[in-house]
Amino acid sequence: MPLVKSGGIVEDPFVRIADDAPVPEGIAVIVSGARFLADAEALTQRATAVGVVWPNNRPVAELAPYLSRLALVALMFPSFRDGRGYSQARVLRERYGYTGELRATGQVLRDQFLFLLRAGFDSFEVSKEADVAAFAESIRRFDVFYQPTGDGRPTAYRRRLGRAFASVQPARTLMPCDTDARTGS
Amino acid sequence: MYRYDELDQALVDQRVSEFRDQVSRRLSGELTEDEFKLLRLMNGVYLQLHAYMLRIAIPYGTLSSEQMRMLAHVARRYDRGYGHFTTRQNIQFNWIKLEEMPDTLADLAKVGMHAMQTSGNCVRNITTDQWAGVAADEIEDPRIWAEVLRQHSTMHPEFTFLPRKFKIAITAAAHDRAAVKVHDIGLRMLRNSAGELGFEVMVGGGLGRTPFIGKTIKPFLPTRDFLSYVEAILRTYNQYGRRDNIYKARIKILVHELGADKFAAEVENEWNTIKEGALALDPAVVADIAARFIYPNYERLEDNPAALARARKEDRAFAVWLDNSVSNHKQPGYAIVTLSLKPTGAPPGDATADQMDAIADLADRYSFGEIRVGHEQNLVLPNVAQRDLLELWQQLEAHELATPNVGLVSDIIACPGLDYCTLANARSIPVAQELTKRFGDHALAKTIGRLHINISGCINACGHHHVGHIGILGVEKNGEEFYQITLGGRADEGAKLGALLGPAVRYGEVADVVEDVVAAYVELRERPEELFVDTVKRIGVEPFKERVYATR
Ligand code: SF4
Repeated sequence: MPLVKSGGIVEDPFVRIADDAPVPEGIAVIVSGARFLADAEALTQRATAVGVVWPNNRPVAELAPYLSRLALVALMFPSFRDGRGYSQARVLRERYGYTGELRATGQVLRDQFLFLLRAGFDSFEVSKEADVAAFAESIRRFDVFYQPTGDGRPTAYRRRLGRAFASVQPARTLMPCDTDARTGS
Repeated sequence: MYRYDELDQALVDQRVSEFRDQVSRRLSGELTEDEFKLLRLMNGVYLQLHAYMLRIAIPYGTLSSEQMRMLAHVARRYDRGYGHFTTRQNIQFNWIKLEEMPDTLADLAKVGMHAMQTSGNCVRNITTDQWAGVAADEIEDPRIWAEVLRQHSTMHPEFTFLPRKFKIAITAAAHDRAAVKVHDIGLRMLRNSAGELGFEVMVGGGLGRTPFIGKTIKPFLPTRDFLSYVEAILRTYNQYGRRDNIYKARIKILVHELGADKFAAEVENEWNTIKEGALALDPAVVADIAARFIYPNYERLEDNPAALARARKEDRAFAVWLDNSVSNHKQPGYAIVTLSLKPTGAPPGDATADQMDAIADLADRYSFGEIRVGHEQNLVLPNVAQRDLLELWQQLEAHELATPNVGLVSDIIACPGLDYCTLANARSIPVAQELTKRFGDHALAKTIGRLHINISGCINACGHHHVGHIGILGVEKNGEEFYQITLGGRADEGAKLGALLGPAVRYGEVADVVEDVVAAYVELRERPEELFVDTVKRIGVEPFKERVYATR
């Protein structure tokens, strides 16, 4: 399955390790949430990066103590109709300040890329080749956003306030944006 | 009226172009029907028995005459010349071809209309009092808050794939005309003892197969916290709402299974982490939205002009209509006029393209170009000068829009039922048509007084039968249509679910049973002013049951 990051296809540096297989040294690995929690200290002390694939029915709060040591969190979309991962992503980014890679895995459609980006995802396992090609186009389709989420896109509310302010003080151009919104402030 | 600014409009236009692309991907086979379903539902497109159906949003029930003319155009150009106003302040068109959906939406976008949030598992079109902004008993215009929420919930990146659909209603009046207690979230605007504005927040109300009245989880929420608190409820629901069983996926089940107190505590925890964040409402943002609501430039007029009083005396039919369909306005000399979409023998809520054009013209001439859609499937001209009432009435008569049955027994709410809906067990519309014939005589209807009949063709309860004074529910028994009848439901500030009258009856018996119930009521009421629901409340369903089933 192609991996899309920063708008293009990239080679996945991580290898997924089954729960009963040994964790090899020297390569970046992804383990399941259960395995990670059972052995978190050892796993995060390895020399190479570790990531976790986290189920969508378990609170991400459980990962909070380890986030600074995790290189990747992959959230699962068992169906493109199941939206739990969007909340998990925002909580990870905006409440716990997670800054590592946040990957969407499972069933996602190109029509959902923008929602995912806005919720804080920055990499995507994409099942359809055609969707990969359309990635750039699908995320450019909209440029008006009402909700302040952690992605830093300026909201309509802010742009309006800016407009009101600019019309009072025409000498200055003002285009405020929510770049600090990732921390929820 | 709310006027879109260039940002609101840009989003609507971008959405049309996205949907055009999605439809072409479906037509080329690039998208499977299952994938496309998710996307079309985000744009109001359903697949019904015979064709695709398009449901168009009418946010908080407010329409301009220009928008109404566009609906007439859509009815003529893409449908079969009529549309159907629903119980959720939407309009549905039943016969639009999929290939023509993008063009239909592009035409609608020209007047700032769209079909977002009319279907799918997202926050649906926010509803409110159909008399918002003109009602004499409101604290503030609730549409401002409905608009704040409309914007916040439009293409929300976190809450577009919820466990199930999510309905929010707002009222700001003493008398609840928005049925807030039977919504996923109900918001009632009020002032606290310090005189500050805020909301009572109720959750977990709803009809459908497991009806519940909403529970208050926040008696007073300051307006600044309006968005953050709603966000906290939605996040709690998105994570913990059930997804294993579609019938248990609404928030009411979560609230019921956890208990309202536990649920409230979860929401409170979540809220505490976000309330001081970017969602805390800046009064300037609210003021900016409020400023885009345009209010009529009312003249200074006297209440009850002499000519009106004279006309009332001289023309009996006019007087009947005045008493029935005209209500008090907060501005002296003006009135709120309800147009009945329930003429005798016709499907409730339908309007033809010609009627829509006529209503648009009348709105321009008599109501500052403004029209409202109410959840009783009637339309409203909200700003009519009292001196114009006689003239308006004569023209409404000519278009069959002056049936004086508003709030009376023949003002029936009915879902599409078996005539259109794939889920139906039984017909709804023909039952409604038969009942409007039985109770078509105005003198009789007036003797009966305020009595709401609601009909649903299946347990999904789109006709809100649980909260009908008389509720009629289609069920299926051995392949035959049967109907359960409930009495005493109501959707207002005293919201209550109806109680079952007795065993279900056959299609052919429904109208007779309803007649018997009504006859029993007329005999049993203490005095003529005692409303049907009040009689049921006082004596229960037993006395009705005895009479109805004694002869069957
Ligand atoms: S109540 Fe049932 S029959 Fe009526 S519209 Fe809803 S789903 Fe269809």
